[in-house]
Amino acid sequence: MNSREFREGLKDGIPICLGYLAVSFAFGIQALKAGIGVFDATLISLTNVTSAGQFAGLGVIASSGSYGEMAMVQSIINLRYALMSAAVSQKLTGVSIPKRLLMAHGMTDEIFGISIARKQLSPFYTYGAMLISIFGWVFGTFLGASAGQILPERLINALGVALYGMFIAIVVPVAKQNRKILISSLLACALSAVCAVTPVLKDISGGLRIILVTVLVAGGAAALFPFSAETEG
Amino acid sequence: MDRSLYGYMLVMAGVTYLIRVLPLTLIRKEIKNPFIRSFLNYVPYVTLSAMTFPAILTATGNVYSGLAALLIALFLAVRGKGLITVAIGACAVVFIVELITKGFL
Repeated sequence: MNSREFREGLKDGIPICLGYLAVSFAFGIQALKAGIGVFDATLISLTNVTSAGQFAGLGVIASSGSYGEMAMVQSIINLRYALMSAAVSQKLTGVSIPKRLLMAHGMTDEIFGISIARKQLSPFYTYGAMLISIFGWVFGTFLGASAGQILPERLINALGVALYGMFIAIVVPVAKQNRKILISSLLACALSAVCAVTPVLKDISGGLRIILVTVLVAGGAAALFPFSAETEG
Repeated sequence: MDRSLYGYMLVMAGVTYLIRVLPLTLIRKEIKNPFIRSFLNYVPYVTLSAMTFPAILTATGNVYSGLAALLIALFLAVRGKGLITVAIGACAVVFIVELITKGFL
């Protein structure tokens, strides 16, 4: 049972791994530009496993910001993971603390996305997804930092949308079944687009924008149209 | 440089892990509050939607390939295709569109 869950996690992690390879490749190149060596860049990817957080971290390092500033930037950009962890925790009745400690390290947007989509979530499913995804993230950083332009740009562009394709594949089936999810998802897209083009608003970081949209739309929807996954799933 | 690279790395990794691990270990009881339950149920779809759009339009070499990826992914997902098929479909269409538009953009 556990090994079957693990293998399914590995399989569902393949597109995540591909997407991560492309994004972390770019991170590796960026880290090199910021004067961080191959080993250190790879170590950052292994210990953080965040995209926006790591890119922002490079900025703080490059500008010799304080540790306090680094902590602040990481908290704001990665705050969404706290929401995701809280949501995943609701699916883990009876799962031990050590298992939760291990799962926490892999709580990325994507692994969260496929984990929360499970009817019944086994930690081993998440471990499988984590193994292949984090491998992609770390290996991509290593490649980017050590070899710069191994892949042609067009291939990097193409791999870059793998993540988004996956997000769409997660949201659409649920939105098809549930009108509340459909409307709140469309609203989130609209608000996110407004934030991306409106003066002043567009200067806020990508991570903060996600938090803002999530809190407004999910909060508004929960207040106006409460729903529980169990009865309406 | 008075602050070391490893100091930065420790702060980055430490803060990020705390953010992830605290809710996962502290909120272990089932949440009864209907508002919070609803909120957490909405969070994944709202977050994934906000992260995908409009970011997918600027994730590639040009807006046409990004738009093509969005449309193909929506089409495949509505038709009930799985994660890998949708992701590969989106990648393939970006590659093809950029191959075609390369000459005149």
